[in-house]
Amino acid sequence: MTDWKASTQGKGHRCWQVFLSTFYISAFTFGGGFVIIPLMKKKFCDQFHWLEEQEMLDMAAIAQSSPGAVAVNASVLAGYRIAGIPGALTAILGTVLPPLLILSIISLFYSAFRSNRVVAAVLKGMQAGITAVIADVVVSLGGDVVRSRQILSVLLMAGAFAATLFLPINVIWILLACGAAGVLCGGIALWKETKGNFPRKQGKRDGKRQ
Amino acid sequence: MLYLQLFWSFFQIGLFSFGGGYAAMPLIEQQVIELHPWLTTGEFTDLVTISGMTPGPIAINAATFVGIRIGGIPGALVASFGCVLPSVCVVSLLAFFYFRYREQRLMQAGLAGLRPAVVALIASAGVTVGQTAFTAEEGAFFTMFGIDGIAVVVFLLAFLLLRWKKPNPVLVMLGAGALGGAAYLFL
Repeated sequence: MTDWKASTQGKGHRCWQVFLSTFYISAFTFGGGFVIIPLMKKKFCDQFHWLEEQEMLDMAAIAQSSPGAVAVNASVLAGYRIAGIPGALTAILGTVLPPLLILSIISLFYSAFRSNRVVAAVLKGMQAGITAVIADVVVSLGGDVVRSRQILSVLLMAGAFAATLFLPINVIWILLACGAAGVLCGGIALWKETKGNFPRKQGKRDGKRQ
Repeated sequence: MLYLQLFWSFFQIGLFSFGGGYAAMPLIEQQVIELHPWLTTGEFTDLVTISGMTPGPIAINAATFVGIRIGGIPGALVASFGCVLPSVCVVSLLAFFYFRYREQRLMQAGLAGLRPAVVALIASAGVTVGQTAFTAEEGAFFTMFGIDGIAVVVFLLAFLLLRWKKPNPVLVMLGAGALGGAAYLFL
């Protein structure tokens, strides 16, 4: 990661390239999320050779485990690695600008747009489509949780689902409670292990998966 | 005051949405429908639908959409800034700790506990979206017990296609829009 400092290209040029790349990537990643990682790898590792592949994977794991949009998190990390704080700021700008512009235009015309008979019919059809997309995501992710055969995870999933549907709780508390339950069980496992018995396999799958 | 509320709501959304993608959806739902009277359930469903069709993270899309409707362009900027700020701070901190304590078991355990909760929350937000999608409008062609038959058929076709062929979701949504739209207009 130090060889870029020897590069003849100035920081300004790098920032501009970071802005263009993140803008382009953000404008063409539909549905958001983890899709951005392979695109960033293509740009920053394969095309510009500014980042190592392993670095990119580590960044993906961090972006995934941090709160907020994965695309924003990954851009901040890559931008910082490539051109320091100015790089991180231009990366955020590049990532946020396309959705900001597109949604601004849609919001301004939303009322006129929504009262059009054809648009309303197509949108109603698409609502059924997005419900299917969400159902597909839930089945895939939920299937992973069930297949992990960790009773705690399955219980947390069922409990959290019941709690959001039937209890008037802020979802933030549900997230905090489940995170705390995970830490507690991890702590108990660690404590048992340090007592000598119970060689337990680590939760290695974490952070590697959408 | 309004800008402060927008900022704070989207700051919370940015701070507590773990897992990317649709994980922000339940938090957005709670902030803009339940805690603040900013969107109706129908508008929220439209927002999720539009987000599925346009590029960019759903939280930024929501921040822009809600911000503009509540407080114009400045509202959109304030909400988006609030949404991004926690990410920037936490990701920097976490990057620092990650490279230092990569194998930290307790951190891993905490994240392992969060993941199933995130799945459950996405499912419950999906229920909200589905309720709007499946509710029959006045005088609809093919309904039963207030459920819109066309929406159910489009949903089932789209869902089966997604499970079997794993196509690009945007294409599925375009197909659902075309099929459903034609059915609503011509039947």
